[in-house]
Amino acid sequence: MKQQIIMKLLTVMAGLGIALGAVTTHASPEKDRQEFIKHYTAKFPNIKVEDYVYGALAFDADGRAQYDAIMEFPPFDSEIEKGRQMWETPFKNGKTYADCLPNGGKQIAGNYPMFDEAKGKVVTLHDAINQCRTANGEEAFKLNDMKTMGLLTAYMRTLSDGMMMNIKAETPRAMAAYEDGKKTFFSRKGQLNFACASCHVQNAGSRLRSELISPAVGHAVHWPVFRGGDNLVSLQNRYSGCFSQVRAVSPAVGSETMNNLEYFHSALSNGLPLKASVFRK
Amino acid sequence: MRKLRHVAAAACAISTIVLSGNVLAQAATPSGATAPKKEVTGKELAFDRRKGNCLACHGMPTVPDAESTGLYGPPLIAMSARFPDKAKLRAQIWDATAINPSSAMIPFGKHGVLSEAEIDKVTDFVYGL
Repeated sequence: MKQQIIMKLLTVMAGLGIALGAVTTHASPEKDRQEFIKHYTAKFPNIKVEDYVYGALAFDADGRAQYDAIMEFPPFDSEIEKGRQMWETPFKNGKTYADCLPNGGKQIAGNYPMFDEAKGKVVTLHDAINQCRTANGEEAFKLNDMKTMGLLTAYMRTLSDGMMMNIKAETPRAMAAYEDGKKTFFSRKGQLNFACASCHVQNAGSRLRSELISPAVGHAVHWPVFRGGDNLVSLQNRYSGCFSQVRAVSPAVGSETMNNLEYFHSALSNGLPLKASVFRK
Repeated sequence: MRKLRHVAAAACAISTIVLSGNVLAQAATPSGATAPKKEVTGKELAFDRRKGNCLACHGMPTVPDAESTGLYGPPLIAMSARFPDKAKLRAQIWDATAINPSSAMIPFGKHGVLSEAEIDKVTDFVYGL
């Protein structure tokens, strides 16, 4: 009798092992995304996945109402306007950003970060803008400089407002970069021993102190954000903030680790519309 | 020139003695000139955002000044009933991932966020909740 039970248990465990094995060997961005959504919707069946683009505000009706009110007359409009002027000012050679980016730079932001097979690495939207600049004899912007790269991107993304996030990882090398980003996302970091997932998967919708925690799905569509009015923060700058909050040394903005993390993180939002550019407190 | 070098050497020697003398004097009277430091309590350590920061994740329903508490972890209440063995509570604070690897709780002892003495104090405080 006892032996039978043990045998049964073993079969069940073996079956589970095979099932898990099957999942890991055939993992794809789409499967991962579905797993994430399954996790969140099981916990919060009444919150629509479409609302995840509002981050923590999806879990907070009052906060969302305040956000909607602020977004009627965004306090950062003049900042976006500066970005528009930068976008429209031609390079010294007379060309513009619209000339060198695909589709005139419109409805393309949701394709980034993308894996560039020729370069063998992930290219972010910031990289694409800098490539455009250097190809036209201009100096590359510093990735951390919110007065140049930040404002330009904040405007440029408005040209892709509403575009569905559409990150692809179809080749083995692209998948390797994606998996590297996934590893960073799930790895514990720093003296405080947190992974991105500790908060934004395990504790999404919960509160850290009085702060509501957002789900990872829906993050990448709404960055950069203007925090507290007009303080512009890029997605990778926000990653740096997370690293230092858990007392870890942050990888450099624009490093392969950060780019791969953004690649994985963005793919989680595939099929959700870009929100550009938005307010966060 | 040679004389100058002598003078400089002597000056260095004197300043070294004076400096080390100062250090020794300070070491000899740890709380001498300055006001005696009040000993930090377990509650202060638990509430301090740079130390225990327990309230970031845990409510303390029986502590009136435990405000804007987080919800990552269970509320800290009836702790002596939940942890009849105080050593287990201490071990949980020292490294919660030992028992539950997916726990998001900071390994306060293992990662040196709190000293052993500080963990003792925090354990005593939490045990009394």
